[in-house]
Amino acid sequence: MIEGVTVRQAGAGDAVRGVLPRWVALPETVEEIAAVLRACAERDLAVVPAGGGTKLHWGPPPERCDVLLDLCCMNEILEHAAGDLVVRAQAGVTMDALAGTLADKGQELALDVPFSEGTTVGGTLATALPGPRSFRYGTARDLLIGITVVLPDGTIARSGGKVVKNVAGYDLGKLFTGSYGTLGVIAEATFRLHPLPADRRWVVAGLDRAEAAPAAAALAASQTEPSAIEVDWPDPAGPLTLAVLVEGTTAEARAAALRELTGGAVTRERPSWWGLIEGDEVLAEARFLPADAGAVLDEVAATGLALRGSLAAGRVLLTPCRDLAEDELAAAVARLRERARVHVLAAPYDGLDRWGQVSGLPLMRRVKERFDPGRRMSPGRFVGGI
Amino acid sequence: MDTLVAALRSFLPGDSVITDPVRLRTYECDGLTYHRATPGVVVLPGTAEQVARVVRLCNEHGVPFVARGSGTGLSGGALPREDGVLIVTSKMRAILEIDLPNRRAVVEPGVTNLAITEAVRDRGYYYAPDPSSQQVCSIGGNVAENSGGAHCLKYGFTVNHVEACEIVTPDGDLVTLDRMDPGYDLLGAFIGSEGTLGIATRITVRLCRAPEAVTTVLAAFESIEQGGQAVSAIIGAGIVPAAIEMMDALAIEAAEAAVACSYPEGAGAVLIVELDGPAEEVARQFARLQEICANAFELRVAADPAERAAIWKGRKSAFAAVGRISPAYIVQDGVVPRTSLPAVLAAIDRLSAQHGIRVANVFHAGDGNLHPLVLFDDEEPGAGERAEVVSGAILDLCIEHGGSITGEHGVGVDKSRYMPKMFSADDLDTMQLVRCAFDPRGLANPGKVFPTPRLCGEVPGVRKGVHPLVESGKAEQF
Repeated sequence: MIEGVTVRQAGAGDAVRGVLPRWVALPETVEEIAAVLRACAERDLAVVPAGGGTKLHWGPPPERCDVLLDLCCMNEILEHAAGDLVVRAQAGVTMDALAGTLADKGQELALDVPFSEGTTVGGTLATALPGPRSFRYGTARDLLIGITVVLPDGTIARSGGKVVKNVAGYDLGKLFTGSYGTLGVIAEATFRLHPLPADRRWVVAGLDRAEAAPAAAALAASQTEPSAIEVDWPDPAGPLTLAVLVEGTTAEARAAALRELTGGAVTRERPSWWGLIEGDEVLAEARFLPADAGAVLDEVAATGLALRGSLAAGRVLLTPCRDLAEDELAAAVARLRERARVHVLAAPYDGLDRWGQVSGLPLMRRVKERFDPGRRMSPGRFVGGI
Repeated sequence: MDTLVAALRSFLPGDSVITDPVRLRTYECDGLTYHRATPGVVVLPGTAEQVARVVRLCNEHGVPFVARGSGTGLSGGALPREDGVLIVTSKMRAILEIDLPNRRAVVEPGVTNLAITEAVRDRGYYYAPDPSSQQVCSIGGNVAENSGGAHCLKYGFTVNHVEACEIVTPDGDLVTLDRMDPGYDLLGAFIGSEGTLGIATRITVRLCRAPEAVTTVLAAFESIEQGGQAVSAIIGAGIVPAAIEMMDALAIEAAEAAVACSYPEGAGAVLIVELDGPAEEVARQFARLQEICANAFELRVAADPAERAAIWKGRKSAFAAVGRISPAYIVQDGVVPRTSLPAVLAAIDRLSAQHGIRVANVFHAGDGNLHPLVLFDDEEPGAGERAEVVSGAILDLCIEHGGSITGEHGVGVDKSRYMPKMFSADDLDTMQLVRCAFDPRGLANPGKVFPTPRLCGEVPGVRKGVHPLVESGKAEQF
């Protein structure tokens, strides 16, 4: 159908939130992505890009979806310049494969991913969900230094480059990071890397609800440079677990110092829940100022939601810890919005206000209109129905 | 312009609208004095609402506007327009809020970079990005340029330290862009857009906890090659120092002449390495650093803040110091992958010899950001032109090695002509989509960053009719 590009008929398993595409395209190069998008533009076909598909059921259903652009075959690590602490990879490379290659040279991309398997570079960027170590290293947008994207009309565009320090031109990487496939297709990405830490320790402590926010604040204010400060609260009727990660040659000594603040134990073992999303049929993210963490916990206690994330960074993920009807979820979200920005990442309900107030929305609509005037890229899947 | 000035005077105090030709000339250039233009009118608004009103008036009159902070930029980003309004933020210099529990501060755009750190230092916090001009440069200018500094190797740039900005859009609307909001990262796109996407009127910055320990080391090497090898070895050892700076013999000579920084005599290169973090970690890294720098002929360690300041003095004064050894000079700003540094420095040497133009090298070695100072005598016929050639050829070298034409000074007017060498027409057209979304009328700092941009009405690459692949029978309609 398009020369050189593998295209197959879609099957039931290819549906995006119940919307069945007609075809699945499997491009292997940036040029092939461009050819597919050009062909779709000619025919006014709507496209949803997909990486490993681990988060494809997040967000509202697309208004329409004719072609699922499966980037699984874009799976090459193009360049690992170890001496420059930089890697360039195609969008379909899995984060696991990337980590393996980088580890061979004693390096890592300091982005935590919430699923153990299948998550790709492109999907990680498109959803831009912060993980535990964003507390120290920043989020995807902070570690991305160059990007190649394909616009809905097939134009291939690059910005940034392969040097960390670079202020030439607009940073399209920032714009595409967290854009949920609504502006175009992320084809390749270049990241800054970090040396693998020589050693790691976690300090793990059980706390009551009232103790958690002050403990997180004390840890954040310490000079021991923790890499992450996370809590896990599987049941709001019970206690929380607080875990702090310390990385570096002197991790053991620094972890011991942090234990003075929290109690608990120092361990080499990553906590089993660390940075993971275990159920995401319903999933919400709350962002708040760290000083409001105590108030957020108080609100969550009344909702029937389990909480996991960072009180120190002011971002947590929420999932139901019991069956929660649509109206109960809506009420819980509305209540939490008094204290935090809450957006519902995933829910099988269509009536829900997923995003809440977004102050820059009119500008976002204008950006969408310029990049995707035909509304053919993942239409309706992002803020304000963009 | 006259009706516009009258409208400006209707809501701005008398001393906040400048039309006197002599006073206007005060604003004719920023830190890049090579480009000059007398602004049509200068306004000094005191509030965000006033900025918005000025911008709305510019829209009504179809007049371009340029924002300016302290005017320390080195790429002509704040070069005024003779047919436009220069909006100077120097009256907006209040620190509105210090919020240590949330590790943030809210400031107006005219606040200087260093003033933020000074406001929180005694409580153990600081604002990390530290451009060399930090005593005078404004935070609004830092946001426009995405300023870096010596310590961005470990801590990143302005964009990594700004949580939110209230901006006046090119239409004159007040909008808040906040990292906490879901949606497109417009804040990330705005920072570093050099005033072409609007004007920041209120900035929320992140404050960092002061490190427990700081160790600053000055290592003197016989040659620049040895210095370069040490840099690679430090990175190879898995150490991420807060800063790694290098100066060559000519730059050292200039610094000595200007500030008598007493760097070790006879050095072909000095390296300044600053380690910071938890005390145990810094001590361990310092031990490793000593091994790596075993071939340095002198290794000086700052024992206290005064000695640290002494080490930094030579480096921070390097640009100005060059005036002591050369009547005129061009400050260049380019980036190469760190591993290309030796090859690029050798090539710069060859360029220097070939054109009879001296080049002093000062650079952020850790991230490959070069600041070659191209020296010439402006009295000597043709010398300025030769210096321009060398300076431009250095940028070509950066592009050839996969680097960038600017690491922190910005594109401004100075480098817009190099953008097509680094980016394709499609890349630039795509960036232009962002510009058109924010500023469809092209009134915000026009003529900067992009060479002859397409008008927002023009759509690049519109194709009509049958797709070529279909026409040639290589694809079918589906």
